[in-house]
Amino acid sequence: MSNNPFPLNRDELLRAYRIMKTIREFEERVHVEFATGDLPGFVHLYAGEEASGAGIMMNLRQDDHISSTHRGHGHCIAKGVEVKGMVAELYGRSTGTCHGKGGSMHIADLDMGMMGANGILGAGAPLACGAALASKYKNDGTVGISFLGDGASNAGNFLESLNLAAVWDLPAIFVVENNGYAQSTSRDYAVAVDSYVDRAVGFGMPGVTVDGTDFFAVHEAAGEMISRAREGGGPSLLECNMIRFYGHFEGDAQTYRGQGEVDEIRKNRDCLKKFIQQVTQTKALKQSDLDGIDQEISVLINQAFDEAQKAPRPTEADLLTDVYISY
Amino acid sequence: MAREITIKEAIREALDQEMQRDPTVILMGEDIVGGTGSPGEDDAWGGAMGVYKGLFGKYGNRLLDTPLSESAFIGAAIGAATCGMRPVAELMFIDFLGVCFDQIYNQAAKFRYMFGGKAETPVVIRTMYGAGISAASQHSQTLTPIFTHIPGLKVVCPSTPYDAKGLMIQSIRDNDPVIFCEHKNTYDLVGDVPEESYTIPFAEANILREGDDVTIVTYGLMVHRAVEAAKQLAKDGIECEVIDLRTLSPIDMETVIESVENTGKLVVVDEANPRCSIASDISATVAQQAFKALKAPIEMVTSPHTPVPFSPDLEKFYIPSTEKIIASVQKTLSY
Repeated sequence: MSNNPFPLNRDELLRAYRIMKTIREFEERVHVEFATGDLPGFVHLYAGEEASGAGIMMNLRQDDHISSTHRGHGHCIAKGVEVKGMVAELYGRSTGTCHGKGGSMHIADLDMGMMGANGILGAGAPLACGAALASKYKNDGTVGISFLGDGASNAGNFLESLNLAAVWDLPAIFVVENNGYAQSTSRDYAVAVDSYVDRAVGFGMPGVTVDGTDFFAVHEAAGEMISRAREGGGPSLLECNMIRFYGHFEGDAQTYRGQGEVDEIRKNRDCLKKFIQQVTQTKALKQSDLDGIDQEISVLINQAFDEAQKAPRPTEADLLTDVYISY
Repeated sequence: MAREITIKEAIREALDQEMQRDPTVILMGEDIVGGTGSPGEDDAWGGAMGVYKGLFGKYGNRLLDTPLSESAFIGAAIGAATCGMRPVAELMFIDFLGVCFDQIYNQAAKFRYMFGGKAETPVVIRTMYGAGISAASQHSQTLTPIFTHIPGLKVVCPSTPYDAKGLMIQSIRDNDPVIFCEHKNTYDLVGDVPEESYTIPFAEANILREGDDVTIVTYGLMVHRAVEAAKQLAKDGIECEVIDLRTLSPIDMETVIESVENTGKLVVVDEANPRCSIASDISATVAQQAFKALKAPIEMVTSPHTPVPFSPDLEKFYIPSTEKIIASVQKTLSY
């Protein structure tokens, strides 16, 4: 323990690793399975961005709320949504988190404070404001976190929500996961300011930019914002600069990316590799600690996919469940 | 004890009683308090129509003036609803739907189904609709059919103070998103309203006048024109059955079908534009379900398929009138 220079204890470090590695293995497997044609619909992978979701969610309680993006698998896992249900949901099976009604783009688990991945970019920002507003009335010290990408940062919903959160002094954090691309359009082309901190200041709230591939940087910056919000200090904006390993969606040929770009980031800007280096070089954790977790995750992911592929499909009768007006 | 109050007072009383009963009920919208942060008096407006006047003094920060950001605050109301609150958010004019519709139809309306039954979204969106005060094309529309088209939204449209109070209380207690549509020319209508709290269930139409000759089905302000038309027709011995739908989704088609099976003739009155309207929907359903009972083609009395004009002269021609309803009833009788 004396070797640990980090503000997280051994168990917390192991948990952070488990979250990031689970997301990575989940996404890498989804990538493989999608290519077989067995996974229906649109799928957007979070691989490469794990440090953001993990770094933020390690500061949260179960009763805190998050609204996610279209790229929501990582947020779900980090917020504690059960992996087997998620895989079954991706396959559209009745054992899925949303009984096959939501799919990858709408996975939600309100019991875990996960208000949903969202197919409408920027639409989660007002919802997180609502969670934060409810927190103020209930005086329960919870926060509402809105995740969005650099693309959605140009949507009116986000900009209106920044002002609303500031005006109402809401315990809300807006996390811009800036991976450099809105689908194929570069962030530098589509966002007029160089830093999202400028936007935060323009809306009357503090903003911080961090290296989103550095778990500890994200964890620390988010931790300060979340503590301040819990104590009534109002909203903040966190910009996490990061990269995605895969395309906008599975099937994206990514011809807009530079030659060798993905190879380079996998080699030099892999947040998981960076975390492993940080914790093993300082001897805070041993490689054997991580190997044990890897083993467990591998078993979990294999089981989750095996079970999902064999899980019952919804029937025609399920089409009309959870409906409150019928004609 | 019933006494005569206006629709405006009936809605205020419903909000007041529910706020008293349930601390999770909060109100939000533009100028619903009025004067927040301004140098003049608190509670300066009480809403554009004064519906909330006096509630701020009783409930303080449970009434929230919002920035002019419909998408953010309607969305926040929806988000808060999924987190245990029961917000009543005001979209001042139904026409402003265009700037916040995503939150209503892609978010609130979808949550319960899309999330596999786990989410409840007990939010009420109060909104003012309809023509009649020269508010012109962007403040006068009857967009009710846009809401009824969306699975996952309940749509309520009261015509009397009694219904306004009972339906508002029902809407607040409902666990799903409710769009509560109030015609801007009905706020000062008076009627008997009990002082105590009560609810009116959804999908229970109200037969305002019984008759065996022609069925007139309508909702909102048009109810009063239909009743006026029926009174005038009665002088010539024509007895119309007037049905006030009260809620548009869910809708009480049973009462409509039963009536048409008796009269064989149907006039549907709807202030909305005619295509894909409440009128066309009811006409289609009756044609499907009561074809054999029909003794004349169904008549639809609607606004024309144009934007709402500004000029009071033009607007008068635009809104379905008592005369047009009478003419349509006579047309079905002469078939």
